[in-house]
Amino acid sequence: MTAATEQPVSPVPSGSAQRRVPTRRNAELLLLLLAMVLVTVFSAAVEEGLTGGVSPDFWVPPLLLTLVFLVAHIAVRILTPYADPAILPCVALLNGIGVSFLRRLDLGRQPAAQRANYSSFAGDGFHQFTWTIIAIVVAIVALVIIRDHRTLSRYAYTLGFAGIVLVLIPAVLPGRFSEINGAKLWIRVGGFQIQPGEFAKLLLLSFFAYYLVRKREVLSLASKRILGIDFPRARDLGPVLVVWGLSLMVLVVEKDLGTSLMYFGMFVATLYVATERVSWLIIGLLLFFGGTFLANVLGATVGGPFANFHQRVEIWLNPFDPKLVNTTGYQLVQSLLGLGTGGLFGSGPGVGNPSKVPFVKNDFIFAGIGEEIGLFGLTALLLVYLVFVERGLRTAIAVRDSFGKLLAGGLAFTFALQVFVMVGGVTKLIPLTGQTTPFMSAGGSSLMANWLLAAMILRISDSARRPVVEAPAAAAPKLSGLATEVVRP
Amino acid sequence: MNAPLRRVGVVVLILFALLFINLNWVQGYKANAYRNDPHNGRVLLSEYQRERGRILLAGGEVAAQSVATTDNLKYQRRYPLGAAYAQVVGYKPVTGAATGIERAENDFLAGTADSLFTERVKDLFTGNRTPGGNVLLTIDKKVQDAAYNGLLTNQKGVTSGAAVALDPKTGKILALTSIPSFDPNPLVSHDTTAAGAAYTRANSAAGNPLLLKATGDVYPPASTMKVIISAAALSSGQYTPQTPIPATNSYSPIPGSGHPITNSSPNTCPQPTLTLLEALTVSCNTAFARLGVTLGADQVTSMAQAFGFEDGGLTITGTDNQSMPVAASHTGDLSDKNFLAQSSIGQYNVRESPMQNALIAATIANGGVQMRPYLVDKLQAPDLNIISTTQPKTLRTPIQPQVAAQLQDMMVSVVQNGTGQNAQIPGYRVGGKTGTAQNGEGADAHGWFIGWAMKDNQPIVAVCVFLQQAGPGGSAEAARIGGNIMQAAISEKGPN
Repeated sequence: MTAATEQPVSPVPSGSAQRRVPTRRNAELLLLLLAMVLVTVFSAAVEEGLTGGVSPDFWVPPLLLTLVFLVAHIAVRILTPYADPAILPCVALLNGIGVSFLRRLDLGRQPAAQRANYSSFAGDGFHQFTWTIIAIVVAIVALVIIRDHRTLSRYAYTLGFAGIVLVLIPAVLPGRFSEINGAKLWIRVGGFQIQPGEFAKLLLLSFFAYYLVRKREVLSLASKRILGIDFPRARDLGPVLVVWGLSLMVLVVEKDLGTSLMYFGMFVATLYVATERVSWLIIGLLLFFGGTFLANVLGATVGGPFANFHQRVEIWLNPFDPKLVNTTGYQLVQSLLGLGTGGLFGSGPGVGNPSKVPFVKNDFIFAGIGEEIGLFGLTALLLVYLVFVERGLRTAIAVRDSFGKLLAGGLAFTFALQVFVMVGGVTKLIPLTGQTTPFMSAGGSSLMANWLLAAMILRISDSARRPVVEAPAAAAPKLSGLATEVVRP
Repeated sequence: MNAPLRRVGVVVLILFALLFINLNWVQGYKANAYRNDPHNGRVLLSEYQRERGRILLAGGEVAAQSVATTDNLKYQRRYPLGAAYAQVVGYKPVTGAATGIERAENDFLAGTADSLFTERVKDLFTGNRTPGGNVLLTIDKKVQDAAYNGLLTNQKGVTSGAAVALDPKTGKILALTSIPSFDPNPLVSHDTTAAGAAYTRANSAAGNPLLLKATGDVYPPASTMKVIISAAALSSGQYTPQTPIPATNSYSPIPGSGHPITNSSPNTCPQPTLTLLEALTVSCNTAFARLGVTLGADQVTSMAQAFGFEDGGLTITGTDNQSMPVAASHTGDLSDKNFLAQSSIGQYNVRESPMQNALIAATIANGGVQMRPYLVDKLQAPDLNIISTTQPKTLRTPIQPQVAAQLQDMMVSVVQNGTGQNAQIPGYRVGGKTGTAQNGEGADAHGWFIGWAMKDNQPIVAVCVFLQQAGPGGSAEAARIGGNIMQAAISEKGPN
């Protein structure tokens, strides 16, 4: 199938190239301003809740955020004029609420009398704001450099190799350079720390997309039929097993179920999209659950590197166990109690006690916010995430080239998976993992990586909606299944 | 590739649906359980944001109050009156369960009770946090101090005991205390480690200081049981105080089986018969054992139950609050004549709480009408308006007025001429009954005294004093302490 036959929602039928396509940039601006109104109201409510009044300069942080996001909006106007208009406002809303909530935590740590005078340019909130600026700059630079997402496929092997190196660095580094709170996911130098896995995700995905576009024919056609399901040949399983091994290694050595689940889920999902073979999903799920089950059993019996995972499963099964409730299960218990205390409507911004949950500013920010905005607020927040994901998938469906489809679909699904793993973890749906909540958790790596992810989706959606000027078959078919890697921008 | 992409979209929707369902479970269905979970410190923080109401004695003395602090929990609970009031007032620790009135009236003190709804609505507009409501107790400081200090300074060196004083006409509890007690202040420290250590200390101390023995435990009532036997006899219509009943120094209900009943000394009642009044005055065991067997188990148990035995539902706070129950008193197994004879003199398996025993004295003083005992006189809103006043309530009428009058005469005789002479108060009509409870081989006997004081045919106060393992002379010492408690109550009511 060629990409040209597969564009049901393309705004312009290919061929009638000169018709004007709405860019929807003004809709984006409107949505963005609406999001910033929400962030401003949230900030005001936080001040009211914490200090009993709104200080005259409460609007400073939200206004600065608005300005930064407006810059991003202008960049989108110039660099990706046809991009999906819902993506930037979603990201801005999540990022803005995240910064405001971190500032709320800063204020909450101050003695009550000094809160009203707390500087707008201090604490984790401002730190995160600075990271937001850096992340947006990085995202804009990426959009400037990558004028066409297909460029990435040219460097696929390089990117894939870089991705694997990034995954492996924390595993091989000694614990004191890589371990924070039991998870070896970091590179720590001096006071500076980055989480390379966040970036590895994007790099690996670019490689997967390229590799699978090339191999999809083989993977989907050469198969044996067992019980009505097409199973691949044993030798074609190689790459899947490599990724499976890699993610299990992450689970065991870096002690992080979330990242492991993320890599593997990301790979299986793109594999499935590329081959359209359900058998890959079945194999993938069996391998993953088999692997985790084995890791749990080994953790219970052998211990050693598996003990951490087993411990997390134990906490997940019964966090209120008297042996766990004040020790290793404390975090999850406090998260659940906070969410429960918030109930349907929440205690109100600034009125709850999110600081009762350890690590509320990064891993548990969702629980902290949930206590204050309640079930209804969290549902709204999750819907914003869902809109972002669905716009990403929509982009994948709309874009014409297979590489773009796989990349956008993979990015959107990986993002969804991360939200699921994190929110599911803090609400005891699945065992807790060390993932960050995209766009909200404090931390530069995560924020920057997710802004890059958003930039890539913007870039692909721009190309999906951009009216086709030249002959549509010029570039795309070359990529699909051909040995050549030359792609003209 | 679009078909699988759409299916991936469906998978994403399913994943998010799982999150939504789970969130509904956590924040909807389980919300209340999590909110009130003992591991949840949030509720506590918000509870400590509001100044908790005060607990005041009848004369306005502060027994519990909250003072502002500078730490996270804005108010520190303090109990200025200390150990003498600790078991009644209770304590409200930062973690763990509250006790006493602090527990029983927690909603009102914390300001979350329905009756304080309008206060909270006002808060919404003013933005203040109005303090919780105040609880005004019936406890009288003079009477309570006399009771507690009387117990503490008893001349038998007893370390464990209890005392109750009631207003017979209303059921107001004037004093309710037991020894050993404890200082509640360290238990409510905001330093939860120190508070936990203080609790462990109090909980493991000898004599169980945390237990309010006056209501929380039951003991063999010994000769105070003879009042119930007398009441049963008089109520049967076949006896008057002057009816002669058989006595002698030894009585075997079933000859040749079990220990014969004897008296405390061979001089107590060696004569073949003596009147019912004389038998009670000298506390003649053989006479009452025989009398109980003659009346039969049914009459004994029904009179005991008429006075409140076997009632596990009695509580002593405001109206229907269940959190300060009185342990049920029991007559035990009376199926055998030996058992019945032993039980008639308050031994074998008869068990009675000091509160129940005080109620019996109060009922007799009040002409046969038993008033429900209560601790909470009034509930007061933070603006000092009285929100509710507990109305005295008749609990039971176990005996007719003329039987009550006869029993009064007999009990006066005990204090005038018999075993209860230590309780005499010049110028007042004082009745009572002592008891010395055998308490297993080798252990010292418990000393009991129940009594009341009247003036111009109006009852003023009824008391019960219990000294655990006081040994010989314990009941006489109990009578002395009882007399002092009644004296304190009389002085509070003025000279009339």
